[in-house]
Amino acid sequence: MSFETKEHAKQYWRENLRLMLTLLAIWFAVSYGAGILLVDALNEINLFGFKLGFWFAQQGAIYTFIVLIFVYVKKMNALDRKYNVHED
Amino acid sequence: MDIQTLTYILVGASFALYIGIAIWARAGSTNEFYVAGGGVPPVANGMATAADWMSAASFISMAGLISFLGYDGSVYLMGWTGGYVLLALCLAPYLRKFGKFTVPDFIGDRYYSQTARTIAVICAIFVSFTYVAGQMRGVGVVFSRFLEVPVNIGIVIGMFIVFFYAVLGGMKGITYTQVAQYCVLIFAFMVPAFFISMLMTGNVIPQLGFGGTVEGGVYLLDKLDGLSTELGFAQYTEGSKPMVDVFFITAALMVGTAGLPHVIVRFFTVPSVAGARRSAGWALIFIAILYTTAPAVAAFARVNMINTINGEDGAGTLYTDAPSWISNWETTGLISWNDKNGDGRMFYAADDRNEMSIDRDIMVLANPEIAELPNWVVALVAAGGVAAALSTAAGLLLVISTSISHDLLKRNLMPNITDKQELLFARIAAAVAVVLAGYLGINPPGFVAQVVAFAFGLAASSFFPAIILGIFHKRMNKEGALSGMVVGITFTAAYIIYFKFINPAANVADNWWFGISPEGIGTLGMILNFVVAFAVHKVTGDAPENVQDVVESIRYPKGAGEATAH
Repeated sequence: MSFETKEHAKQYWRENLRLMLTLLAIWFAVSYGAGILLVDALNEINLFGFKLGFWFAQQGAIYTFIVLIFVYVKKMNALDRKYNVHED
Repeated sequence: MDIQTLTYILVGASFALYIGIAIWARAGSTNEFYVAGGGVPPVANGMATAADWMSAASFISMAGLISFLGYDGSVYLMGWTGGYVLLALCLAPYLRKFGKFTVPDFIGDRYYSQTARTIAVICAIFVSFTYVAGQMRGVGVVFSRFLEVPVNIGIVIGMFIVFFYAVLGGMKGITYTQVAQYCVLIFAFMVPAFFISMLMTGNVIPQLGFGGTVEGGVYLLDKLDGLSTELGFAQYTEGSKPMVDVFFITAALMVGTAGLPHVIVRFFTVPSVAGARRSAGWALIFIAILYTTAPAVAAFARVNMINTINGEDGAGTLYTDAPSWISNWETTGLISWNDKNGDGRMFYAADDRNEMSIDRDIMVLANPEIAELPNWVVALVAAGGVAAALSTAAGLLLVISTSISHDLLKRNLMPNITDKQELLFARIAAAVAVVLAGYLGINPPGFVAQVVAFAFGLAASSFFPAIILGIFHKRMNKEGALSGMVVGITFTAAYIIYFKFINPAANVADNWWFGISPEGIGTLGMILNFVVAFAVHKVTGDAPENVQDVVESIRYPKGAGEATAH
């Protein structure tokens, strides 16, 4: 066991899951939400020559995916160090 | 110089580069052959993953497909990128910490069962072979269109090149060749895109030009919607597929991406868990460059094509005045004109005014000519198409050879062979796989093209739930995971086989369950897999303590060493 206590191991996993689920909620919202389920409503809005729902489906969702992964990388590296389970 | 000579020079130079890299990066051990010694920097691994991932279909066909589908084409854009979020957050870091070579390795060890390992090997080989045959075909097609050699000779040349660096270099050779191939293919895709965006909208960045205005100050997309309605098509920015189907197809592609063995194995090649996370991010950036450009190119190409054929005034262009690319590509059969009303003018529409038949691949292949770009750009597209097909084929061949030499021989049938012998078997397996893939490319069974699309559904309904449960549900046992996998893949395969092969006439929305097409059914198969796994686990008890301890230990990065066999 690399954690100092069992309690730490539990907390680390809980924080990890919370971060993961938050990011996955955004992942779902921009693709399945804005790009598919709400696409008709969002298409009423025009921004910079795009219908908003269409833009999310063909551009916006992909940009958001990239941001999500790098936020995850940054936060997880910080979490690893907080619990002293990072790699040397 | 003419296009022909330039193409020979560019494609030849790229081949020389790949072979040079292969000689430089020879593999000396199974560790180097399977996972490049686990020492590939995350950025390079991201680039190699992107090249591995983007096949001839992404490079040649995707923009054209979107061009004809409009909004409905979004399923491919979101589906084939969103899977990387799942990979980065839910799979890659844990599998890297687990530290084995292959996906069947993980399934077999985590579910303490040779049966599970064998089922996983069969799934991995099946998925990879359907894919790789399509890639070899892609190589042949690019060769035949640009170099005017017969498709079959093109395939043989492609086989020879892949044989050389996959058999010699293994994962190490493949990885560094893929880095070079990524550079070639992205350059070849972006240069024509910049030109055509500049020509159409005055903005050199295609992603911005996509929302820009065309001549006359109208927004490009508004103009396209207007043209589409006028000609009897659905509006470009609105779909015609039912929403539930779009939802399920997107999910099947996303989850399938995260479950494909040749993608997952890439994350075993980086030196650390943190590296695996970052590498997924880099991979998605490199993929997104092409995937956000493709829909822009799709829209530009469609407006361009309609204007060229129907004329700015919408009265049809006289065939005798048509630009030369139309007659050039007529000889390949990708575009044809049938003057139904005998007025000598071409016309393209969805209704009975239509006189054209246009293959979607022409959108990328003929784009440089449509936009009147210099000859070297046309030659570049050929080199890019070959790079895209070769890089994906090599990655898949490695999965096949690893599955055979490592999962099947070393871990199952011949546990006592030495590292050197295993390496020899890996090379022999790679060689046999190349030849077999080439054969399938030359004599494609009728179902290959159709099956490639379904590989995602099969991966989604089998591997993905088993891996997710293996990491996030430590008490999940082998009975649950195995029955989930079997039920998921059987259900998905049966639905696909019924609608595609047994009774294709019934393949219409009215007969689909809940309105889900065979392309999207993998999502339902995945849900079924989860449900069955939970139910069986409920009545069969928890996984053994020692397995639960292993699951605990893959949940944090500390102590991740090299990927090892034992």
